[in-house]
Amino acid sequence: MEKNLNLSLKVWRQKNAKDKGQFETYKVNDISTDMSFLEMFDVLNERLIVDGKEPIAFDHDCREGICGMCSMFINGRPHGPKQGVTTCQLHMRSFNDGDTIVVEPWRASPFPVIKDLVVDRSAFDRIISAGGFISINTGNAQDANSLPIPKDDADESFAAASCIGCGACVAACKNASAMLFVSAKVSQLALLPQGQPERKQRVMEMVAQMDSEGFGSCTNTGACSAECPKEISLTHIARMNRDYISAELSSTK
Amino acid sequence: MTSKLDSKIPEGNLEQKWTKYRSTVPLVNPANKRSLEVLIIGSGLAGASAAASLAELGYKVKVFCFQDSARRAHSIAAQGGINAAKNYQNDGDSTYRLFYDTIKGGDYRAREANVYRLAEVSANIIDQCVASGVPFAREYGGLLSNRSFGGTQVQRTFYAAGQTGQQLLLGAYSGLQRQVGMGNVKMYARHEMLEVVTIDGVCRGIIARDLTTGNLERHFGHAVLLCTGGYGNVFYLSTNAMGSNVTAAWKAHKKGAMMANPCFTQIHPTCIPVSGDHQSKLTLMSESLRNDGRIWVPAKKEDAVALRENRIKPNDIKEEDRDYYLERRYPAFGNLVPRDVASRAAKERCDAGFGVNKTGEAVFLDFAFNTIRYGNMEATKKGMHNPTQDQIVEMGRAVVKEKYGNLFDMYQQITGVNPYEQPMMIYPAVHYTMGGLWVDYNLMTNIPGLYALGEANFSEHGANRLGASALMQGLADGYFVIPYTIGAYLNKEIMTKAIPTDHEAFVAAENKVKGTIDQLMGIKGTKSVDYFHKRLGLIMWNKCGMARSSEELTKAISDIQTLRKEFWSDVRVPGDANEMNSELEKAVRVADFLELGELMCKDALTRNESCGGHFREEYQTEEGEAMRDDENYKYVAAWEYFEGNTWELHKEDLVYENIKIAQRSYK
Repeated sequence: MEKNLNLSLKVWRQKNAKDKGQFETYKVNDISTDMSFLEMFDVLNERLIVDGKEPIAFDHDCREGICGMCSMFINGRPHGPKQGVTTCQLHMRSFNDGDTIVVEPWRASPFPVIKDLVVDRSAFDRIISAGGFISINTGNAQDANSLPIPKDDADESFAAASCIGCGACVAACKNASAMLFVSAKVSQLALLPQGQPERKQRVMEMVAQMDSEGFGSCTNTGACSAECPKEISLTHIARMNRDYISAELSSTK
Repeated sequence: MTSKLDSKIPEGNLEQKWTKYRSTVPLVNPANKRSLEVLIIGSGLAGASAAASLAELGYKVKVFCFQDSARRAHSIAAQGGINAAKNYQNDGDSTYRLFYDTIKGGDYRAREANVYRLAEVSANIIDQCVASGVPFAREYGGLLSNRSFGGTQVQRTFYAAGQTGQQLLLGAYSGLQRQVGMGNVKMYARHEMLEVVTIDGVCRGIIARDLTTGNLERHFGHAVLLCTGGYGNVFYLSTNAMGSNVTAAWKAHKKGAMMANPCFTQIHPTCIPVSGDHQSKLTLMSESLRNDGRIWVPAKKEDAVALRENRIKPNDIKEEDRDYYLERRYPAFGNLVPRDVASRAAKERCDAGFGVNKTGEAVFLDFAFNTIRYGNMEATKKGMHNPTQDQIVEMGRAVVKEKYGNLFDMYQQITGVNPYEQPMMIYPAVHYTMGGLWVDYNLMTNIPGLYALGEANFSEHGANRLGASALMQGLADGYFVIPYTIGAYLNKEIMTKAIPTDHEAFVAAENKVKGTIDQLMGIKGTKSVDYFHKRLGLIMWNKCGMARSSEELTKAISDIQTLRKEFWSDVRVPGDANEMNSELEKAVRVADFLELGELMCKDALTRNESCGGHFREEYQTEEGEAMRDDENYKYVAAWEYFEGNTWELHKEDLVYENIKIAQRSYK
């Protein structure tokens, strides 16, 4: 049942990329447990505006857990305390009256802070541009059912493809590694027959781009998968590693 | 048809129009394509697929989106599926049947030729998506799986769990990013288009604001494609993303592009009900749930009251005391009637006092019946002869989870209620806008060189869109229509050199944008942008929502005019214009919504009939069904803008040569 909470928020404020940034503390009262975490920020921002202060900048768009834009680091965990949930789908019933909640942006050098809680994740787009696709031009396709795919493969490919590209995996990782994100795309396409012609090249190029963006190495801690709002499995990293090694060993380039 | 509206529909039989057009449309040779620049605004299904396809052809493409990445566009949130006339299920589907269902579903307010083309290319879309790695749902034999959506009696909907839009968008996005990597597309994320630049009445570029730095930028293009989605956020609460807006389309409208059928909005029947004043958006529960969910309210008013007061639980109400009102009123289509019909029926029951939550504005969507049915099927499969009720429920729930798991999880996360144990509560919410920029058969607006694709145009869905047809249209426009039709214009542009952006038209357009921004920053009033947006939303929902009347619409127009004045004198936009400033972004968008809202009401007031999503209380049958007036309103209402928020109506008559118009019946 709905109740109301009084909370303390410690929020990272940073005017722009060059600013050093610091925490500010805000009290918010009468927060309904039916509210989403971002709706609580709406309430706080509304108050800041009316008081003549600058509202807190944060990324968000669909507010239904699928666009991957929201990105708050809440009490030391990306997207907060609940498993398999984005910040926008986190509801205040997950908190208790009197709680102090610490909210930071993603912390990783390949994701520089733009303002307050907003970071630049364009590195992910560049990794996809390096190889996260099947090279087929519009109009070249054969009939869709001429290519049967075992249901289990299609399902696992789909599970990998459900990655929303939010960057929680990088934020959760002590090394700021992007292996879960990259492996999800590699795995999705490696599991499908359409993905085979470019399979080796794809993994080599995506990994090379990932490294050049400055993401760290994987040390198999598993925090990425544990914090992933879409619960992308670590087995994709294993698959990517296998593909990478076999691509490198058999490379003729 | 007035002279300003030439739909440019090719001559010939319906079945041959597109084939013939494609074979005869002028081409642009590859060398010339390299010097032709195309600007694409928006990176959803229409924008991303158009960008990838045009870049593959050799055009120089720039793509702009306000989000931090092209992959975030709101197409990503589409849940249920995408239609295609593949007839893989051998259940009698065909191009003609998809065409017919779409025209009928749109209540006979869409163009035959456009809709037929859409149905024709629908099959190619599925092929294209599979080839680019979209992991659609499959059967054990390895072939693609289908399900049903509202307003159809065949299974033609392809899907990827409840995340079809995500999978399709990521497919189109990967094609787009491939072209970015090859240097054929330049991507401008965190950029918002704020003005169209025209020279001698021809579209020549845009002014965009870099949302990170606040800088205004000028971009030249031989053609500009608006793929900017719909304007449902004029209602404040809708299933759209927070950033979805009308600004690009509205700026085009104010430059002379006509806005067609703006009052045709789709209220989706199955959304999670409003929980309180803090609500920032509404969440859809996919129409696919109506395959297995039965919609009901209590048959007795006292039960409804008891539910609202939390004295009884839904499962306490006996079967004979439940009113499955869709099955009762529309036995042929049952729970799968089109969205407009289902939404109005829910409103009718709730208005009559049978609503089931504390606000009285909710009905049940109940999976219990089909959970048991599936459980029994599983028991039969497994050869269990005397399964217990618990075993049946457990096996049935597993089947339901496989089909709709992510939607059930989302429902539980938002409401705190477990939908496997209790029926979902749902209520209609604004979801899609059929209206949009007027375009001809080539998808070009009445401004030469300016195009509108996907939800941003008005063309294929008439007065009501069928489920799983938005994804189909977005990808049809981007993958298979614009690559051909743009040639009809650009072949005449090969001699046009890129116009330097210090041209006076660019300077004037930039100054205009700067003027608007300075004005908004300078008001320094007392109320936030959201305050005005919420008030506008309430006016629109109450007076221009599921039911409309002459009296209420007239009042809405004056209410909006008053609110607009208040906005321009009392809004507060904090911060600076030369930095990231989300309040300024919102203010620019809400300023446009405050003008659009008035036009929507005006359009609704002028259309003295009920059709599709547009329901005028004065025009209904005795049974409460929509009453169309084909004699007087079988036209597309295209509105031309004049300075000071005045409009002139132009009518494009709709001609039906292949379909016999009839009263739409789903009984």
